[in-house]
Amino acid sequence: MSATQVHDTGEKPTFYLTEDHHPENSTMLGFWLYLMSDCLIFAVLFATHGVLGRNYAAGPSPADLFDLSLVAINTAMLLLSSITYGFAMLQMERNAKMETLVWLGITGVFGAAFLALELYEFYHLIHEGAGPTRSAFLSSFFTLVGTHGLHVTFGIIWLVTLMVQVRKHGLTHENRRRLMCLSMFWHFLDVIWIGVFSFVYLLGVLG
Amino acid sequence: MSAHPAHENAAEAHHAHSHGHDAGHGSFRGYMIGFVLSIVLTAIPFWLVMGDVIDSKLFTAVLVMGIGVVQIVVHMVYFLHMNPRSEGGWTLMALIFTLIIVGIAIAGSLWVMHHLNTNMMPMTHEMMKTMP
Repeated sequence: MSATQVHDTGEKPTFYLTEDHHPENSTMLGFWLYLMSDCLIFAVLFATHGVLGRNYAAGPSPADLFDLSLVAINTAMLLLSSITYGFAMLQMERNAKMETLVWLGITGVFGAAFLALELYEFYHLIHEGAGPTRSAFLSSFFTLVGTHGLHVTFGIIWLVTLMVQVRKHGLTHENRRRLMCLSMFWHFLDVIWIGVFSFVYLLGVLG
Repeated sequence: MSAHPAHENAAEAHHAHSHGHDAGHGSFRGYMIGFVLSIVLTAIPFWLVMGDVIDSKLFTAVLVMGIGVVQIVVHMVYFLHMNPRSEGGWTLMALIFTLIIVGIAIAGSLWVMHHLNTNMMPMTHEMMKTMP
């Protein structure tokens, strides 16, 4: 860190740093800003669903379609994957490579289970004739929940990629940074899902 | 003010930053508290809706959304390790800014579209029949 140069020059004192003071780890802040912009995407989709969510076009309503026990299991999968990712991060701090990989693997399995249940739900809905083209409600539902599912899909791809990286190169500085970014991404998706199950599923069934 | 205290302040800020960074990782206890809280806060709204506990639908809806907001805060604090000091307060600043924009986008959309709906020309039964 360079400081003021008052002692070196003996001229007029300067009250600023000659180099910019920037955090060493600005990646985290940058990634946080990305997550916030992602948050805006979801906000727009939530708003769309808020506006269109009651327009059934004489078609099925949420109470006819949604199986809340399936949604509850789905939520549990995502919550469990969140805590197991937390355990992976704790093992990473202990520098335990094998344990980190195991917890990351468990996280991936829970994430995949979430995705499988969601795809099953989508398949079931479309099979019943309640596809995204049926009504404005279903269009906005599939867009919002599908976008979240797409994020989880990319999260899993990222997770597997990092598992290979950690396996190959160990818990290097770069891999730690990547794991911390994915940690934020993964927990962020959980936060979005809280909005989805509260606003879309529970309030939808409530009518 | 001489240059010397400025130097000290900079060093202090740097120290505070690295300290906040160290605290940003969470502990086993923190993760467990967050996990238990989020399970409880997930179970209550599902129970409220699936068990038909409260007669008033409006009250149930308000409770579900309120508990949802509390759970989001729990996740932010215990899983995402949000605190006013991380990255020198810039993450919190970005979050507050985003929340304002999100609030405007969602509340504004609902408000405007609701008024559009109520201001629509009333439709007669005959008009509905001829709709595409």
